[in-house]
Amino acid sequence: MNAAMPRYIAARLLATIPVMGIVAVVVFSLLRITPGDPAAIIAGDSATSEQLEQIRQSLGLDQPLYIQFPVWLGQVLSGDLGTSLISGVSVSSMISTRFGPTLALSTSIILFSIVVAIPLGVIAAWKQGTLLDRSVSAFSVLGFSMPVFVTAYILVLIFSIMLGWLPVQGYRAPADGLWAFLSRLILPTLALSTAYIALIARITRTSVLEVMGEDYIRTARAKGLRERAVLTRHGLRNAAVPIITVIGLGITNLISGVVVTESVFNLPGLGRLVVEAVLARDYPVIQGLILLFSFIYILINLVVDVLYTLFDPRIRY
Amino acid sequence: MSVHIRSFPRILKHGIAGLALSASLACFALPASAQTLTAVMQSPLRALDPIVSSAAISNTHGYMIYDTLLGMDAEFNVQPQMADRWEVSADGKTYTFFLRDGLKWHDGAPVTAEDCVASIKRWGAVDVMGQSLMGLVTDMTVIDERSFSVTLDVPTNLILEGLAKIGTRTAFMMPKRIAETPASEQITEHVGSGPFRFVSGEFQPGIKVVYEKFDDYVPRSEPASWTAGGKVVKVDRVEWIAMPDALTTVNALLNNEVDFVENLPYDLMPMVESNGDFAVEFLSPLGLWTYYRFNFLHAPFDNQLVRRAAMYAVGQNDILMALTGDPKFFSNCAAIFGCGTPYASDYGADIVIEPNIEKAKELLAEAGYKNEPVVILHPTDNAQVSTQPVVIAAALRAAGFNVDLQSMDWQTLTTRRASKNPPSEGGWSIHTTTGPLIGITNPLINQTVATSGEKAWFGWPDFPEIEALRGEFARTSDPKRLTELSAEIQKKVIDEGVVVPLGQFVIPSGFSTKLSGVLKSPVAIFWNIEKAD
Repeated sequence: MNAAMPRYIAARLLATIPVMGIVAVVVFSLLRITPGDPAAIIAGDSATSEQLEQIRQSLGLDQPLYIQFPVWLGQVLSGDLGTSLISGVSVSSMISTRFGPTLALSTSIILFSIVVAIPLGVIAAWKQGTLLDRSVSAFSVLGFSMPVFVTAYILVLIFSIMLGWLPVQGYRAPADGLWAFLSRLILPTLALSTAYIALIARITRTSVLEVMGEDYIRTARAKGLRERAVLTRHGLRNAAVPIITVIGLGITNLISGVVVTESVFNLPGLGRLVVEAVLARDYPVIQGLILLFSFIYILINLVVDVLYTLFDPRIRY
Repeated sequence: MSVHIRSFPRILKHGIAGLALSASLACFALPASAQTLTAVMQSPLRALDPIVSSAAISNTHGYMIYDTLLGMDAEFNVQPQMADRWEVSADGKTYTFFLRDGLKWHDGAPVTAEDCVASIKRWGAVDVMGQSLMGLVTDMTVIDERSFSVTLDVPTNLILEGLAKIGTRTAFMMPKRIAETPASEQITEHVGSGPFRFVSGEFQPGIKVVYEKFDDYVPRSEPASWTAGGKVVKVDRVEWIAMPDALTTVNALLNNEVDFVENLPYDLMPMVESNGDFAVEFLSPLGLWTYYRFNFLHAPFDNQLVRRAAMYAVGQNDILMALTGDPKFFSNCAAIFGCGTPYASDYGADIVIEPNIEKAKELLAEAGYKNEPVVILHPTDNAQVSTQPVVIAAALRAAGFNVDLQSMDWQTLTTRRASKNPPSEGGWSIHTTTGPLIGITNPLINQTVATSGEKAWFGWPDFPEIEALRGEFARTSDPKRLTELSAEIQKKVIDEGVVVPLGQFVIPSGFSTKLSGVLKSPVAIFWNIEKAD
């Protein structure tokens, strides 16, 4: 890490403040112009127009936006994301409850994908044009093409219904027991990591192939390094930048967008919370989630940028 | 600082080992599992106030943690529940209620008459039947800790039916400090005196609700029947788990991960039926009705003949087959108070059950229909209401209507249907929905027959003569006259097209045969159920 790096990281972190501010304004405005009414969700199908108006008034939704926005912004700045309009539960509490399953699933998918995909990609590049290489490519195409819910249902049918080895659904915290925790992550991880393994393996193969034609690889071979060392120490390390980019994108997508997997396996994660909050027009929850996702996106991009410099010292900020 | 790529496996190894160690240590702290009944309900619970929310799931939640002064049995008879008894004055205008001994709130405080009066006032401020009742109440007096009286300006037993009402917005009793919350604001404390206690610390909105048996609950001695009789709890804990995916729900049931599924999807029912370890039953004997509503404010349905033409065009069988897929799940019904209920009437069956396209065309021509667009709201994300608009649109097109079927999510629909603008300016012409039959069994609780114009439910029909009949119904106690009045209301409602019944249907429930004592009721109830180990 060069000496300018801490300053760079600090500058990037400071830059999150205006970005988050812009996100807050855009999200707040977009939500208010989207059709939908949280009062209708609270009151149910039988409510009359008069009752809906009374509920809107009690929630402060009848106030003009220029009054609502500063109130919400003031809350956020004081560390309070507000409470759900529908359930009355605090947004921070809802997000923290849902963060665990999402974090566990995302981590498990990324770790599993990296452990499987990078060796596959390297081997495919190393054995370019062989049956092994073609098999990896075929798997990649299949992994991309197969919808997650189809893979998920097939896995449930085999491992839960037919063999009875694993539970169909749900989530248990690690505090409920290691097996209870892990057993509920295995099938979702397998179902969703297929696509990520395919993506990372393919990028790894392409990147490694690209660097394997470089002069420094020829030099490494010429000085008598074994092929494995050439591949891992010089090939893979120099091919790391696009691979890290894909993994970073994967993490951000996983944290906010695994709605299908969370639904099929009934995991109470953030993806489902986003959909539920949007369908119910639960404004404080949506706003809190978007702010959180924005922050995570910024943070992961920063980590990825820093990692670039570790793997490729030529990169300077 | 530099990190070499070869150090990653070591970091990873240490990380996993740390996670495994912490989890292994944690598993020793697991509590022993009490006898828990796990259920997947018809929809996730988010709104906890059963008075503010008219959602069916909020009402079912209400029956878990709150109790009612009066209950209703399977014969539609009103029975005492929290009340030990009631007395009626000689002039039939004053009802005095006496509370049972030993009733306690979940916080340990005794249930008092003051609590009940405050609860009735809050319920009466928002419920459609409660509002009718409050219009007749001249006085509510707390006599002592365990008795209170309600005086009406006319002799009517409406108060008994109101306090025993099942469906949406039941008159649940709450402690006075909670019941004093305005009826437009959701309560924030969930303390009842019902057979189960709400475990607020484990509530995850839209995910999980936990109830524990309330040990101090004193059930009645009579056998349980619907919401009346002894609410004897035989499990320690009930957990409602929300599952967004229907196939996952059924798989979880078959894998014994849940014990009870309130609504089994029709197409997945054979998976459960074919397995001897599970039972499939229609627990709600009345089921639901589906119906559609015209917008009376704008053309073309501000014209009675055009409404009648549409009613002739649409047939119930087509609607119900599209909705359920099998005639064994539905029945035709023209009764606006539901078939199989005390005020059922078949007036209008010749108009709303079988489609008659020729008659519809004839009426349309007679009405001078000017090809105004008929905007039908079509929610695509709600299986119970997504098929009806499509079938209605096809039938109306066949009759010569200029139909504009507009697809949207349910939330958008709830905003859109509140718009009084013309259909071409963001308004609408027809919307459809469903509801529990138990919520429409008389002219006062069925708010779709209220015709008070701008104050009425979406569609805003304005027919003072129907309102007058409803008013008379509220003030009458003679059973014969009540039947006559409800028949008159049925006739006028059908003649004017105030609401158009599309038929009735039932939804199967599935549960493990480990459960016994599962009771039939219009609302899902969890007392009386035993679970074998």
